[in-house]
Amino acid sequence: MTQPLGHSGISTAVSTTAATEPRPGGRRRAAAPPAGVVKRRPRGGRRFTASSWVPWLFVAPALLLFVVFKYLPMAKGVELSFYDVRPFLGNLWVGLANYRSVFGDPQFQAALGHTVVLAVGGTIGSVIVGFFLALLLEGPARSLWFMRSAVFLPVVTATAVVGEIWRLLYYPTSAGFLNTVLGFLGIGPLHYLDHTSSALWSVMAVAIWTGGPYNMVIVLAGLTQVDRGLYEAAALDGANTWQRLRHITLPALRPVVTILLTLAAIRGFRTFTEVYVLTGGGPAGSTDVWMTRIYQLGFTRNEIGVASAAATLLFLVTVCLTVAMQWYQRRKEARP
Amino acid sequence: MTLSLSSPRRRRPGVGVSQSVETALGWRTGRSHLLSMALRALLCLLALAVFAGPLIVLFSGAFDNNPDPTKLSVIPNSPTLENFKVAGERDVWHYLANSLIVAGGALLLQVSVSVFAAYALARKRFRGRAILSLLFLTTMMLPEEVIAIPLSLVLGDLPVVHLSLKGTLLGMILPLGAWGFSIFVMTEFMKELPTELEEAAKIDGAGEWRIFAQVVLPLCRPALGVITVFGFIMIWDQYLLPLIVANDPSDYTLSVALSTMRSDTIGPGLVLAGSLLALIPSLIVYLLLQRSLIRGMTAGALKG
Repeated sequence: MTQPLGHSGISTAVSTTAATEPRPGGRRRAAAPPAGVVKRRPRGGRRFTASSWVPWLFVAPALLLFVVFKYLPMAKGVELSFYDVRPFLGNLWVGLANYRSVFGDPQFQAALGHTVVLAVGGTIGSVIVGFFLALLLEGPARSLWFMRSAVFLPVVTATAVVGEIWRLLYYPTSAGFLNTVLGFLGIGPLHYLDHTSSALWSVMAVAIWTGGPYNMVIVLAGLTQVDRGLYEAAALDGANTWQRLRHITLPALRPVVTILLTLAAIRGFRTFTEVYVLTGGGPAGSTDVWMTRIYQLGFTRNEIGVASAAATLLFLVTVCLTVAMQWYQRRKEARP
Repeated sequence: MTLSLSSPRRRRPGVGVSQSVETALGWRTGRSHLLSMALRALLCLLALAVFAGPLIVLFSGAFDNNPDPTKLSVIPNSPTLENFKVAGERDVWHYLANSLIVAGGALLLQVSVSVFAAYALARKRFRGRAILSLLFLTTMMLPEEVIAIPLSLVLGDLPVVHLSLKGTLLGMILPLGAWGFSIFVMTEFMKELPTELEEAAKIDGAGEWRIFAQVVLPLCRPALGVITVFGFIMIWDQYLLPLIVANDPSDYTLSVALSTMRSDTIGPGLVLAGSLLALIPSLIVYLLLQRSLIRGMTAGALKG
């Protein structure tokens, strides 16, 4: 795999300077300067050698992009959450007023409720669906491999495309596609996205449709780790399929499922595209989630301060969930 | 480890291991278990209908001349390319070009930036390495959506240079270059490579760049596959970023433009034709890099 070193068009100047360098780790080096500062300044015996700035050259592009497009916006977002943002007039410090208006806003309270319902329902639903799919499609046969590849397609499909196709499938008259299918089973017609009572559940179904196959792959990987000898021993002891599932498979999958639940929950809280494409938050705000509310405030109503406060709160929730997951994993590693 | 989705090869059961212990549910195959096989086939068909069915409907609807949104079907009633013609009049090729430029540019930027950074973080010892790793990795728990509003302000007035990237494809590409996940995957992979290779190359007189490009990078192909396929899916899925960068609808990527093609006069074929065009690139990448995708997904989950 490795190419021979002799054939290359790299200038020899680079090679020779680096090759004559002393090996790193010989003595403690001075703090590395920012990339680009390569002038050698003999000051108190400190010299910047090639090996101390080369790493910074490699990191520089990433560092630049992360600072400008991640950290700067993040800092700006937190800062703006304390201001009344007024274009051309100058921003006005308002302290915690933006946060108070987020908590006091009934639409945000409703959005919080929808977000939690969507995140929790979507998470649990997609883990269950993923689990059933994995049990059904586990096995070495080629036809099963084909099935798994086909079932996985919703995961790689862009969310906007998923939204558009489901909008049409959900067509709310009795002649709509899904209503026709359900009509054969004697169900419906349902209103899906068109009605305040069913819209949120319809969005959740789409989230499960894309989340289930994703979880399937991870559960499948977990299933390959289960010791076949245990299945054999259970078979010898006369355990039935349910007992085997309950006492061997499920306990073996517990760590995997814990991770799945946390990841899916974090994804659930930041849901934006599904809702925006499917319903835009409607009808009558019945599917408005935290992110669509932020979008509406920040970009259509131009209340950037309040929107920033809401975004900062979402960030804090995400951090808490992530830290909780890390803490849980550490504790588990400490006491295996 | 057997990567289940990616290995179509038949796993030979060991001596004495009966067939029923190969899977958790103990599915049996063979002539003597026709009932079990039939049940499984039925459930498989159901799963296929639920998860692949909508995409088949999308496919056939894109080629169907049908003004009625309630008449979607699995097979086109009157096959036609009319939908794509009308979509072309609505600038669908322009949007697709936007999408492809953004995806290509952002993927190239993201992968190269991540590989460079990971090389330094994994293979070099220097002051500030720990804090840099932390700086990159903590962004993995920062949802992109959270910084959408301030990001649009930053893009409207870049620091130091005071340029506006609003309404440009570059404004969609550059923010996508910074992705903690791919730096993380690359760094973890590069840490595992033996150091002897670089030392030998150094003794042979190879420079920094050559060690990176000709010794370390060729060994990273598995990880490169993983970050490429994940990067593409993440970039192709972008919705909010193009939405906030665009000044007017002509700047949209195809994903965002789809909603402008919802129409009652021509029927659902128009938006479905656009959706099909948006689906095809991700299908191609998925089929080409399926193994890498599954490897990346399962490696993270099983480690924890």
